[in-house]
Amino acid sequence: MSPRDAILERLRTNRPAGDFPLPEVPTFAPLVGDDLVAEFAERLGKMGGRVERAGPASDPFATVRSRFDGARVIASAVPEFVGNRDLGAVRKPGDLADVDVAVVRARFGVAETGSVLFTESDLIVNSVAYLAQHLIVLLDPGDIVVNIQAAYKRPDFAQAAYAVLHTGPSATADIEGVLIHGAQGVRSLTVLLLQRKKQAA
Amino acid sequence: MSSDDLTPRQTEDVLHREVRAPSDESERGPGGDRLQHAEAASKPIRADAPREPQPRGAKIRGNRPIDQAEAAERFLAAPLHQKAHDERLWDVRRKRDVAAHGIPEWEELRELASQIKTHTLTHLDRYLEQFEAAAKANGVHVHWAEDGAAHNRIVLDILRKHGAKSLVKSKSMLTEECGFRHFMAAHDIDVIETDLGERIQQLDEEEPSHVVMPAVHKTRLDVADVFARTLGTDPDNDDAHYLAESQRETTRPLILKADAGLTGCNFAIAETGTVVTCTNEGNADLSGNVPPLQIHSIGIEKLIPRVEHLGVFIRLLSRSALGSPITQYTSHFRAPRPGTEMHMVLVDNGRSERLAMEEFWTSLKCIRCGACMNTCPVYRRSGGLSYGATYSGPIGLIIDPTFNKRKYSTLPFSSTMNGSCTNVCPVKINIHEQIFAWRKVLAEEHQIPLLKQGMMKAAGAVLSRPAAYRAAIQTADSALRVLPRFAVYNPANTWGKKREMPHAPRQSFHAWYRQNRMKKGGDA
Repeated sequence: MSPRDAILERLRTNRPAGDFPLPEVPTFAPLVGDDLVAEFAERLGKMGGRVERAGPASDPFATVRSRFDGARVIASAVPEFVGNRDLGAVRKPGDLADVDVAVVRARFGVAETGSVLFTESDLIVNSVAYLAQHLIVLLDPGDIVVNIQAAYKRPDFAQAAYAVLHTGPSATADIEGVLIHGAQGVRSLTVLLLQRKKQAA
Repeated sequence: MSSDDLTPRQTEDVLHREVRAPSDESERGPGGDRLQHAEAASKPIRADAPREPQPRGAKIRGNRPIDQAEAAERFLAAPLHQKAHDERLWDVRRKRDVAAHGIPEWEELRELASQIKTHTLTHLDRYLEQFEAAAKANGVHVHWAEDGAAHNRIVLDILRKHGAKSLVKSKSMLTEECGFRHFMAAHDIDVIETDLGERIQQLDEEEPSHVVMPAVHKTRLDVADVFARTLGTDPDNDDAHYLAESQRETTRPLILKADAGLTGCNFAIAETGTVVTCTNEGNADLSGNVPPLQIHSIGIEKLIPRVEHLGVFIRLLSRSALGSPITQYTSHFRAPRPGTEMHMVLVDNGRSERLAMEEFWTSLKCIRCGACMNTCPVYRRSGGLSYGATYSGPIGLIIDPTFNKRKYSTLPFSSTMNGSCTNVCPVKINIHEQIFAWRKVLAEEHQIPLLKQGMMKAAGAVLSRPAAYRAAIQTADSALRVLPRFAVYNPANTWGKKREMPHAPRQSFHAWYRQNRMKKGGDA
């Protein structure tokens, strides 16, 4: 018998007696107020991230300009910002190790936790969201869902090859509980509230 | 405004003043407030100089029973370590309480999680077949391993087919169970742990002492020692930022040139064939997204039916583990990146056999949050390595004997039976009842030491007869009041070690009740 069949056979033989139905999961009332943007910003702040409003139409990135100070390599996965590293031309994921700042757009945000979701098509190269030193995340204020339960009702998780919720920057407190940002991944995560450009019909 | 206020009530006092530091270098928010997400301590805890050698774990002597008490005694004999450990874990436990209390439906979520898990475990054959079919349709190579050795061989085969010589991995208790690192070292595969705590443990050639915080038993001075020895850092610099940064800088080149990456699995979704990992460092995402070959090791009990069920488990996991609303990264790996291979290894290693154990099968519901460890008074005072097993603390007491009844026969006795573990368990495993059930099983099978057998026999005789119990209590209470210290605190009474016996009340509750209530009302 193959290991597969042996395991499945044992699971059938050893199945505990009794009826164990799958429960219906009710829709829980949101634990956040109506102002999803404010709630999102507050939660993300507690998880070590930051939220900035967009600058004027002429320069929407004005409010996060200081994040680019001293950055030599900027990789942008969004049409709103032009970087100097073409993500479409990356040969292997490790080639992005020298990126100082990456600019990406979140598919949606979650107010309950302050999380943002990316899939492989948002990142173009997945590794950029971890190898970059700093991450700037564009988020349309209209793309914030109320809680984690609502997030998992979105179709993205079943469709994407890779989907990831980021809630603040990479963090560790493995040494005496001292909180440190930039354990292995990005040292900072800043969300810029910027509406999506409407696609031409 | 927010229900996720992570600050435990200020009124709760500290456990050990010796390890309270006035300030530390934890990250702060824009307003200067001290951030407390991930596994951060809610207040500075610091085991300061003088440098105290780190107590090591239980002595492993082949198949012989682990002497947890002996290792615990050595941990207790290192007061700075013991107090910092106790303070740190109790702090995490309190953060957990605050996070749980912030959610009105917390108890309902626990019940749902428990029911989803029991349903899945009792239909696991079906869900595994569904998972396999979905994963294959996603272009994933699916493997089945009956035990740890088979898992290691399968992974080695995959690596050899690709000519891979180095592998970066994220933390995985399953691979600890399989002895993965030792096996790979013997086959010239360079395995690099990428979680900071796990990397510290790897460099120190020690097992992880906690399922979520692998190096929680070490002080910063210990870490400075290990890194000075293995990474060439300044032995006199014990700044946590310096140490963490040194690890980042030395590990990153290894991640960039690794031939393969491996992650464990927190949840596997049958409906979509997805592997979900929850980390704070983003190291599972580096392991899964940088090397050209990607492997995920999955314990078969990790299955859940559908994506929507993550809406229950993700809300419970990090709040239970660390008191944080969510981990920094919740990652869903479903299909390979273009031009690369993705492998998933489904591992049994005793799980299907455990399903047949009437009293113990529900331990398979465990989602490895570590809440039972953080709340356990024995664990907090003895350290995870004292258990000499992959799983320590309360959950370890009931899982370890399923792997080796003789070697772990003493572990179910390392408990006060206070039931706190059961109360904090997010999937409602009746941990303390299973600990008691294991004691019975081990006693019946003569797996326990003679002294304990005699004591248990006497206890059983007394406890089965209420009158004898009352007489015994009265004797014990008055004995505690009058006996000299050497008679109470002797080696036969392990409870007296490092612990003051309680002050005995002059009168038992039963005697008081009879005297004050039964006489007057006569309605008792």
